[in-house]
Amino acid sequence: MIAPGEASHNDVILATEHLSRVVGGVTLVNDVSVEIHTRELVAVVGPSGSGKSSFLRLLNRLDEPTSGTVTFEGLDYRLIPPRELRRKIGMVTQRAYLFPGSVADNISFGPRQRGEEMPPDEIDGLLVHVGLPGFSDRNVANLSGGEAQRVSLARALANSPTVLLLDEPTSALDQEAKIGIESLIEKIVQQSQLTCVLVTHDFEQASRVADRVMVFQAGRVLRVGSATEVLHA
Amino acid sequence: MLNMFFRGPLQLGIAQAAVTALAAMIVVLLARSRNIHLESDLALALLRGAVQIVAVGSILGILLRSPRWTGGLLLAAMILAAGTISRRRAKGLPAAFEISTYAIACGAGSVIAVMTLLGVIDTAITSLIPIGSMLIANAMNTNGLTLNRFRADVIAHTGEIETALALGAAPKQSVAPYSEASFEASLIPAIDSLRSLGIVWIPGVMAGMLLSGASPFYAAIYQFVVVAMIFTASGLTSLVSTLLIQTHAFTPAEQLVIRPGLAIQ
Ligand SMILES: Nc1ncnc2c1ncn2[C@@H]1O[C@H](COP(=O)(O)OP(=O)(O)O)[C@@H](O)[C@H]1O
Ligand SMILES: [Mg+2]
Repeated sequence: MIAPGEASHNDVILATEHLSRVVGGVTLVNDVSVEIHTRELVAVVGPSGSGKSSFLRLLNRLDEPTSGTVTFEGLDYRLIPPRELRRKIGMVTQRAYLFPGSVADNISFGPRQRGEEMPPDEIDGLLVHVGLPGFSDRNVANLSGGEAQRVSLARALANSPTVLLLDEPTSALDQEAKIGIESLIEKIVQQSQLTCVLVTHDFEQASRVADRVMVFQAGRVLRVGSATEVLHA
Repeated sequence: MLNMFFRGPLQLGIAQAAVTALAAMIVVLLARSRNIHLESDLALALLRGAVQIVAVGSILGILLRSPRWTGGLLLAAMILAAGTISRRRAKGLPAAFEISTYAIACGAGSVIAVMTLLGVIDTAITSLIPIGSMLIANAMNTNGLTLNRFRADVIAHTGEIETALALGAAPKQSVAPYSEASFEASLIPAIDSLRSLGIVWIPGVMAGMLLSGASPFYAAIYQFVVVAMIFTASGLTSLVSTLLIQTHAFTPAEQLVIRPGLAIQ
């Protein structure tokens, strides 16, 4: 046994085995078996409708697998209470879906669900981290798309997750905001020792940031490997 | 004017029904001119309503001479019927019939029971049935409004709800803004009834009591009593249906089951 503090880069933190989801006779995710290692950034690429989002929603159990298993930190995730699982496996989606109110209200949402009130300086620190210093009291109604996505990222980080799922976090943004969010994600993954699964339809983005790339097609994993191996195969 | 041509109560009644049905048809024609088609819905509803109420009128005639306990039985049957009708308003929601019946039974049933025990509602069938049915009908409408609004709001906000779940929120917490909104919205009719009582609205009970020769003062007070009971029954119903629907909206693994793809009507 390795103590949690000594976790090496090669430890498997999240794994799926023969994971499938069928809805109304349609197979959205088809027999996916992958291992994701601690502090790795895995990109999931593939054409629109190939089941990338469906796969991601199985990883934090927003949807229920029809068959197969997901193992998180060595444990079948059905044994972990859903709220605890979702706190540890954070998620950021294409649209920010901020809750009405201030930026600070949004950042402190996760901890507040467990009865923890986030100190203001911690909120400010997180906002500096995502490049929005002094935004704490701003109303979310007045944010640009890029700013909203940064708040959404900070809101997920406020839960101190160990894994972060990102579902096309830059595809609703203009070029400039997209580059900003992309480098922010890279910085966060390095600094906070996060494991990250990034869904993107942008092969360039995948090869820029990912350690490994999974190619999805029709709900199946077509190829897995380093960006150069997979994208130029 | 009609009573100049129709003498007997039966002929007069039929003539009055015909005139009001005609007025309803005019509304349908007006709606048609704006491309809203109500005709098949309304024709059926009018016919159904007329047949049902005439049947109930005949049954009441028999019941007036029955023992008092039959009143309770009839009210229970009405609650079941109300649950069935409400279910159709809540198509696509899980356990709609159970939730509706339970909410109406809790809301209207408990008010009827307590107020009858206290002597606010007389146990005579002539009083228990009309007042009881009024409470049940209002509870049913409130329940329909609650579930309808809840479904619409949840479907329009699945992104926000699943974001809250993904941040570790309890299911109940993730839909709290929408269950609160549906509770409030469903009570607007009952609150407006209370507020407009006597000014915009001199309702049936008072009219009936005046017709049967009660003192206007007592008739007025009792009308307030009825509208206050309607509000209480509606409020309880909506409270129970929001509580129930927000638990049925999720799987045991805390996944949202109400989604845009579900049958909407
Ligand atoms: N709840 C659902 N029921 C039925 N089909 C769905 C559902 N969710 C997604 N789909 C379908 O599954 C396929 C995969 O969708 P998705 O995972 O969103 O793909 P991607 O994220 O790769 O674009 C699509 O064809 C989509 O229409
Ligand atoms: Mg997608």
